[in-house]
Amino acid sequence: MAEDETELSDQQKKGIAKWFLINAPAGEIQYVAKDLKSVLKDDDVYNEAAAVAFPIYNKSHLIYLKMPGGYGDVLVTSYGELQDNEYLDPKTAQVVIVDHVKQVCKRVRPATDEELPSPYIEEYRYALEAELLKYAAEAYPKGSCAVYCTNGKDVEGPGSDFEFVVVISAARNSPHNFCNGSWRAIWNIEFRDDIQVLELKGKCQVGAHYFEEGNVQLDAKRECRDSTMFQGPDDTATAVVHLIRRHENEYMASLEGSYFDLSDNTFKELRRKLPVTRTLFPWHNTLQFNLKREIAEELRIGELHDIRRA
Amino acid sequence: MEAALGLMRRMPPRHSETTLSALLSLLPGHSSDLLSQVDLPLQVSSDVVSGQKFILCEYNRDADSYRSPWSNKYHPPLEDAPYPSSKLRQLEIEANDIFTVYCDQYYEGGISSVYMWEDDNEGFVACFLVKKDGSKTGQGRRGYLEEGTWDAIHVIEVGPDEEMTRYCLTSTVMLSLTTDDVSSGTFSLSGSIRRQMNMNLPVADGHLSNMGKMIEELEGKLRNSLDQVYFGKTREMVCTLRPSNEDCEPNTLNAFDLWYSALDDEVSIVEADASTFSSSSSLSSSDYYDLYKLYKKCGPNPKNGEQYGAPFKEEEWADEEYTSKPVDAITPIE
Repeated sequence: MAEDETELSDQQKKGIAKWFLINAPAGEIQYVAKDLKSVLKDDDVYNEAAAVAFPIYNKSHLIYLKMPGGYGDVLVTSYGELQDNEYLDPKTAQVVIVDHVKQVCKRVRPATDEELPSPYIEEYRYALEAELLKYAAEAYPKGSCAVYCTNGKDVEGPGSDFEFVVVISAARNSPHNFCNGSWRAIWNIEFRDDIQVLELKGKCQVGAHYFEEGNVQLDAKRECRDSTMFQGPDDTATAVVHLIRRHENEYMASLEGSYFDLSDNTFKELRRKLPVTRTLFPWHNTLQFNLKREIAEELRIGELHDIRRA
Repeated sequence: MEAALGLMRRMPPRHSETTLSALLSLLPGHSSDLLSQVDLPLQVSSDVVSGQKFILCEYNRDADSYRSPWSNKYHPPLEDAPYPSSKLRQLEIEANDIFTVYCDQYYEGGISSVYMWEDDNEGFVACFLVKKDGSKTGQGRRGYLEEGTWDAIHVIEVGPDEEMTRYCLTSTVMLSLTTDDVSSGTFSLSGSIRRQMNMNLPVADGHLSNMGKMIEELEGKLRNSLDQVYFGKTREMVCTLRPSNEDCEPNTLNAFDLWYSALDDEVSIVEADASTFSSSSSLSSSDYYDLYKLYKKCGPNPKNGEQYGAPFKEEEWADEEYTSKPVDAITPIE
């Protein structure tokens, strides 16, 4: 093939740079950024791409950053986004201004009344969050969680629907051991006043990456639904967190199950550990080959019969 | 170039084709380096004469045509294309036949191809390839996988014929699998590893037998390594993210990791001579477990206070008050 001399346009380069950044695994965007900069050799294009790509990555990975002033962590999510770089922390009723590319909080300020929910809504939100924090502290050490009101935050009293989103995010980064991982859960809770029911929709996404002398990634996700009665703030909080805990425990158990099956069953679909004969392949005996072939055919036919019968 | 390879290692293995083409367009001057160092899932074509499938790769390609190992013809037809010598072609034919049976045994199907060509040092190079589609719509017998592929590329450089001939094997395995059901959602693992193995073996035993045994051994090790160490690490990570009350069995994983990492060290620099190899050539499945027993341990589980592998270094973990768990004490593979 002749050397193609047509240079990529800046637009094309930006698109490629954005793709790399957005698809970086959890916890690795800074490393990807460093390698990308060397490959791109064009800081202007990189900076433009980063300005667009980093916010997308940060929000989809539900990253959590330390708030200045020792207030704990704040989640960067589309649910808490007030403006481009401003994110509400409902726990402490503050708003942080974030530098997406450096992945740090620049400043923090108290939230204004317009940015916060009404007292009626806040009662529910606060109770749910308190219950959630207890659960998350136990289930996700080093994780972070928050409850946002995404619809109806100005509802004054009973008689209207409103919606919350529960966000749980836990990440473990151990770059020196070549291993990173993240667990993200988003629960949409619809408070239906008309039928006095809460409808939950949960989505869990787990990822892990191990890359010492190799490259292996886990990508798992699951969605589920449930519902419970619309009660007072405290009872609702207990019921919702109880459901979340149950579903997430179930998911964890099913992940364990998938791994357990992997070695003996699932992997076999790709390659067996040993042939059906349970001995190594007889390379040295050519005569045995034709014999082996016949045996292999017979064995396969035999196995097929067994499978069909089973 | 190092940065490019770094990116290949970090980007999701599922997107390796996109990653590579992105890198090729950003670094046109390094295209030959990139193409030779990065492996992609294999493509397959059908022999025009017999209809049998064969695998496409750099080793049977000339310009835009590929040589079929069954008919020894290039498709589309090409003039002045390279062919192995008739003697080597005989070996190639035999290798393809035998390797097909090997694949039947281990892969219960799958497509295989072997290509050979003379090199400049009076020896030759052989490339053994396997491609398996294990999904339930492909050749997956048990219907577990929504999607599943295994690609193996084994390249052996064979030195000139001497009493003890030198064989250098580089094996790459790429795989991806996905299970999908209503209750547990989508579960997807994918990845690739590459290892090397060098041996001096008696030419009297036959090239095919020597090469075959090496491939079988290394392929088995890669399979087990992917299964136990690599997938195992991702499992550990999940248990670390959300520790459950029940034991995630990190203790058992530890022993395996140590054993396999020790094995991996051996594999990359092994220079066994004939006696070591022939004594192990009668390996049956029980001998694999014998290896496990030989490992020096004072007890079945990590002993309290025992130090295994690299010492736990607080600084290496990005988190601050990281509570010590057995999963830390694993020797990184050099």
